[in-house]
Amino acid sequence: MDKVSKGVRLEHISKIYQNPKTKMDFYAVQDVSLNIQPGSFVTLLGPSGCGKTTTLRMIAGFESPDEGEIYLGEEPINELTPNKRDTAMVFQSYALFPHYNVYDNVAYGLRLRKVSKEELDQRVQNILQLVEMDGMENRMTNQLSGGQQQRVALARALVVEPGVLLFDEPLSNLDAKLRVSMRTEIRRIQQKLGITAIYVTHDQSEAMSISDQIILMNQGVIAQMGTPMEIYYHPSSEFVADFIGEANFLEGQVISSQGRLCRVLLQGREALVESDRPMEPGKDCKIVLRPEAIRLGDEGLLPCKVELSCFMGSYQNYHVRVGETLVKIADNCPINKKIYAAGDTAYMSFDKECAHLL
Amino acid sequence: MVERQSARLERKKFFSDPILVSTIVVLLIFLALFILYPLATLLIDSIYSADTGFTLDVFKRVLDMARFRTAFTNTLTLGMITGFASTLIGLLFAYVDVYMKVRSRMVKKLFDVVSLLPVVSPPFVLSLSMILLFGRSGLVTRTLLGIYDSDVYGLAGIAIVQTLTFFPVCYLMLKGLLKNIDPSLEEASRDMGASRWKVFTTVTLPLLLPGLGNAFLVTFIESVADFANPMLIGGSYDTLSTTIYLQVTGAYDKVGAAGMAVVLLGLTLVLFLIQKYYLEARTVATLTGKASRERMLIADKSVTRPLTIFCSIVSAFVLLMYISIPFGALFKLWGRNYSLSWVHFEYIFKYGGLKVFRDSFVLSLIASPITALLSMIISYLVVKKKFRSKALIEFVSMLAMAVPGTVLGVGYIRGFAGGLFGSGLLKGLYGTGAILIIVFVVRSLPVGTRSGISALRQIDKSIEESAYDLGAGSGRVFTSVTLPLIKDSFFSGLVTTFVRSITAISAIILLVTPKYLLITSQINEFAEKGKYGEACAYATILILIVYASISLMNLLLKYFGTSRKLKGGQKHG
Repeated sequence: MDKVSKGVRLEHISKIYQNPKTKMDFYAVQDVSLNIQPGSFVTLLGPSGCGKTTTLRMIAGFESPDEGEIYLGEEPINELTPNKRDTAMVFQSYALFPHYNVYDNVAYGLRLRKVSKEELDQRVQNILQLVEMDGMENRMTNQLSGGQQQRVALARALVVEPGVLLFDEPLSNLDAKLRVSMRTEIRRIQQKLGITAIYVTHDQSEAMSISDQIILMNQGVIAQMGTPMEIYYHPSSEFVADFIGEANFLEGQVISSQGRLCRVLLQGREALVESDRPMEPGKDCKIVLRPEAIRLGDEGLLPCKVELSCFMGSYQNYHVRVGETLVKIADNCPINKKIYAAGDTAYMSFDKECAHLL
Repeated sequence: MVERQSARLERKKFFSDPILVSTIVVLLIFLALFILYPLATLLIDSIYSADTGFTLDVFKRVLDMARFRTAFTNTLTLGMITGFASTLIGLLFAYVDVYMKVRSRMVKKLFDVVSLLPVVSPPFVLSLSMILLFGRSGLVTRTLLGIYDSDVYGLAGIAIVQTLTFFPVCYLMLKGLLKNIDPSLEEASRDMGASRWKVFTTVTLPLLLPGLGNAFLVTFIESVADFANPMLIGGSYDTLSTTIYLQVTGAYDKVGAAGMAVVLLGLTLVLFLIQKYYLEARTVATLTGKASRERMLIADKSVTRPLTIFCSIVSAFVLLMYISIPFGALFKLWGRNYSLSWVHFEYIFKYGGLKVFRDSFVLSLIASPITALLSMIISYLVVKKKFRSKALIEFVSMLAMAVPGTVLGVGYIRGFAGGLFGSGLLKGLYGTGAILIIVFVVRSLPVGTRSGISALRQIDKSIEESAYDLGAGSGRVFTSVTLPLIKDSFFSGLVTTFVRSITAISAIILLVTPKYLLITSQINEFAEKGKYGEACAYATILILIVYASISLMNLLLKYFGTSRKLKGGQKHG
């Protein structure tokens, strides 16, 4: 691709909507600032109603922000209509033109740009090859499977060489298996072209597998920004920890804090955990523990009672009670290990690197 | 309140789209000039005069006329009777169709034909055949039964004719609703021990009630606005619309007619608002779900037989009435000499018939693409765009549906005969073919717009958004994406407008001049004079034209329509 892809900058963007029932105004998006680097793949992730789609639609120009300014590259674009913005969007419903065949769908944007006939044909063919849809030019869109329609929608957006590619939950209409292969495909193409991509999804595993950066949103504000690994292992809040993957929360009390290490009193026992920031001794705290980071054995840190034990193939799924708290454990490769039954008493333990203090 | 940034940005974006802005401006001018202005003129006419300023004298004068008071009660009585009868018969037809096991293919076919006939037929054909069959020299009354003083003119005559004309509309409406009732609701009631009659009265009927109210009001409005039937078969039983017509043509009292028109408009407007904003919403609210599976049809002969027979008799009767029209044209002298001859056809073509057909045909043909395109544009704006005057555009284009033709006719006389506001501006329009075309457009606009809106609501908004996003402006999005997707609606808008225009009478009867004679006004004139053979000859050809256009439309839809392709595509969405 000849064109340089562009970065996107949001400066204190807010969007106010009115609740149709109560007639009260509320912030659908509140004071969101972002700086998306050219060529990166950024995912807006969050539960429904968190403002991620509204943010994306503001970038595309379908909605106008109530506060703040959006920049595409260095250019402020608040006042531009969608057709004047150098963005292309892939829609949840694919939004293919049902009265055109595959070729004409893909060529649509180029025809608007008055590209010469030869160049148009060349570019359409190239892009169809890239999404592995060559040879299907004459199919009508209703003769395509969901995955194929998705490829055409992607090609139609890519062929105009937009500065930024926008995705609005593009895979949510596909079945689970196809979803996994399509997301690898999207990532492959994006990296090959080096295009900037902003991707909206509510599916955390999709976000983790595809993104350079995840922006987790909740109730209109950014909950956390970071690489998938940062967000998974260093969640900044209980919401983030809970939304991304499975999380257990154990209540404890800080005994002492030294650099990144913390001594914590947990159910009357002392444990060593890592923390991003120094903690004040004596303070109540919460420890985030991923299910796969916990081991179950005949001896260990905390005594617990097994309440549920079921074999899931790659792991053994336990629910154990530690004091009052229910803890979920995913014990990998159960065939090598002792398997506890419901009603057994056991001990759980974990490595300090895997525990995160909130 | 401080203006939001988003409002400012939206406005800026809006005005950066010159095609969109100019379309809206043109549209607003058109609607204001040809719908709002004539109606406003009537209102001003009746409450303001140059000599005395604001005054209610006109209303007082009109209300004092015994003729007007009678017409008012007549109109309401007629509306009630027609509304009730049409709804009831429509319900019976719909119930038999949806709930009963009807073995005979013939009966089903008969139902289809009967539901199509009022669409195909000019509005007053049944009055003609009523007179032919049951009038003084009627085939049934005089020839078969030997009754020499039969009187079909009056309330009973109009009510029968209107009911037979309008009940198919109720049938189609109620059929759609009945099909949407989930059979498991009725099965649940039956399972708990209710008899079939109990199921009908405690489940089916309550669910259907808003729909019945809706059907009743729709027919009521149609009846109130109907001009041609009361004109032909009313005799001395005058309704508001015929009284208004006579006030203009007989008493030359245009201001009085304006006052009456305002009353008639007020009446239909109230009914329309109730129907549109109260009943229609409730109908949808109670019956949104799709039937979960096939219904167990009622096969009990003691129930099906009487109802099927009743409906078949009604259908056969309607059919008979339509068939008597071409025979009315072919028999030498109805009532006296039943030998076949072409004299009536020869007569009409000898005296300018060809010009009449050409004028009607050409004017309707010009109106139809204008209307079809205009209504598609309006529906696109209403469904897909956000702008301030949107509600106004939607309301005014729907308002035209509630305006009786006669009212519109008087409004155009008052509004355009002396030019705009009596200033002489646009005076040239009055008496031309152009004003007839405009009337045709205005009369069909609501129908086209409604079909366009419902077609567009089915289309995922992201399809247009993606075109917009890829760089197309509003005009381009409309022509390259929206219009092709609602092609069906556009085609049917074309034909519907043509059919409605060529069969229109109430609005244009006051506006036609000898320069343009239209088929419907000719039929009216011949029927008035008692020359039923000529009236039937015109009507027969008119029915043929209409039938041919509708067949053409079905052919068009079959070969160029998008619906099939689109339906296949929705599977994946």
